Amino acid sequence: MGLTLAEKILSEHADREVRAGEIVVAKVDLVYTQDGTGPLTIRKIEEMGLKNVYHPKKTFFFLDHAAPSPRFELSNDHSFLRDFAERTGSQISDVGNGISHQVVAEMEVRPGDVVIGADSHTCTGGALGAFATGVGSTDAAVAIALGKIWLRVPETIRVVVEGELPIGVYGKDIILHLIGKIGAAGATYKALEFTGDAIQHLGMAGRMTIANMAVEAGAKVGLFFSDEVTRNWLIQMERPQDFKSLSPDPDAVYEKTMVIHSKELKPTIACPHQVDHIKTIGEMGNIKVHQVYLGTSCNGRLEDFQIAAKILKGKRIHPQTRMIVTPGSRRVYLEALKDGTMETLIEFGAMAMPPGCGACVGLHEGVLGDGEVCLATQPRNFKGRMGSPKSFIYLGSPAVAAATAIEGKIADPRKYL
Amino acid sequence: MKGRVWRFGDAISTDHIIPGRYFYLRSNLPELSKHILEYERPGFFELVSAGDFIVAGHNFGLGSSREHAAIVIKMNGIQAVLAKSFARIFYRNSFNNGLPAIICDTERFMEGDIIELSIEGGQIVNHTQNETIHFTPFPPVMKKILNDGGLVEHVKKYKDLKLV
Ligand code: SF4
Repeated sequence: MGLTLAEKILSEHADREVRAGEIVVAKVDLVYTQDGTGPLTIRKIEEMGLKNVYHPKKTFFFLDHAAPSPRFELSNDHSFLRDFAERTGSQISDVGNGISHQVVAEMEVRPGDVVIGADSHTCTGGALGAFATGVGSTDAAVAIALGKIWLRVPETIRVVVEGELPIGVYGKDIILHLIGKIGAAGATYKALEFTGDAIQHLGMAGRMTIANMAVEAGAKVGLFFSDEVTRNWLIQMERPQDFKSLSPDPDAVYEKTMVIHSKELKPTIACPHQVDHIKTIGEMGNIKVHQVYLGTSCNGRLEDFQIAAKILKGKRIHPQTRMIVTPGSRRVYLEALKDGTMETLIEFGAMAMPPGCGACVGLHEGVLGDGEVCLATQPRNFKGRMGSPKSFIYLGSPAVAAATAIEGKIADPRKYL
Repeated sequence: MKGRVWRFGDAISTDHIIPGRYFYLRSNLPELSKHILEYERPGFFELVSAGDFIVAGHNFGLGSSREHAAIVIKMNGIQAVLAKSFARIFYRNSFNNGLPAIICDTERFMEGDIIELSIEGGQIVNHTQNETIHFTPFPPVMKKILNDGGLVEHVKKYKDLKLV
């Protein structure tokens, strides 16, 4: 019997054929932390009595959550991370470079890799066909110091997205729809594997949005085949040598298969305070929005900004709404500047923040006050995530974000397309 | 050891356990731990005593990978977290820090119940309700990590990962 993508990749990294349910110790190709989990990771390495980094060129410390630092305590954490990286020869991705998951997708992640990150959205790398999964600081410490990790080989839920996506419907709507169906724990401990013609035609940006939110259904990883889209992405990122084609065996065994018919999909919203409180745009009613946030590891890519810019072009922001745009990486920022996308967004009335997580986690650059409502493109809407526990976060696509910024209330983007 | 039950609902995320706004305290764990679960239960830090239990519904610990969530629970003296199910990163983090995450039917546990955990016996005695509940045995690798006193202690002992 054949192997799923997860089984294939983990077999290769465990030097034996492994199946769902087995415990393996796998070699790690790439490991990273961010500024919220990195300091604890280093302390754990020290507590373990270990000093060296197993593979310094493949070990990254990202400064992306508090970037640039809004408080001296965080500046001290940044210094701590920089010092450790320097001492061990490992890599620092400093303030302004961008969000870990975006930067590694641009520069490091290869199809077939095992990628370990001390951040739950490490699963974004699944878009490139890598077994990329989030862990805590202690597991990351082991991966950094010993170059390996223990994992339970997950069962896989196969998600087939059939047909052509309707106008105004994107990767974000696919994943929100799926989470609405299976719930925030619907794929706990499992792998999701995405296939079908809608997925084949989805660009890398859309795949990354879906892979990013796999964890919001509880999944360990959200995997995509490595195909022509992957090849083109790697060529665009100037590392064509990293391409290898990867697909599951035709007789692989799945825990179950779910089919989503694209033509039934509509712009979709996650309502406060849970990501599986899903409604379609037509069910929303009149929700006044104070802040629109476009960016994050989920939707902070050039394509996302272009989708928004197309809708906003030549219009003015609603007078009672503010709009924040935060590029996922320096590369995204530069591309959006060069092709005029950023100009369109700023002319409309948006303000741009430096590449990084920005307002997503309530640290800075758009913290919500009591009673405020935000429509964000990020992957999470827990109570208080963006500031006051009395604020409300709705999640939607970049197109919904743009339409909402025009109308000052959660709005259907399809009338602008 | 007996302890008191603190009852929580479903979907308690790591953002609930330790809100993102205290990000700047992550290198100051004693301060950070004072903010444990404060949106869900204001003043929880003052209320909880060593040996108590957190008892919750489904999907406890979903959300971010911040291990600080498991650590602040442990630092506040919680003996174990009992839930119907756990999110996977929290589950690992919890055992890695020597905090048992116990999967069981928590439906009939009430706020304030006095309960007693026997890890070896695989059971929880609820003295208030006069009832004994058996819990799902730990996966062997989790048991090993717990017996070694957490993953840091395991690696210290073996200078390696010796779990399989
Ligand atoms: S953008 Fe938000 S979800 Fe993504 S890594 Fe940063 S804080 Fe996490």
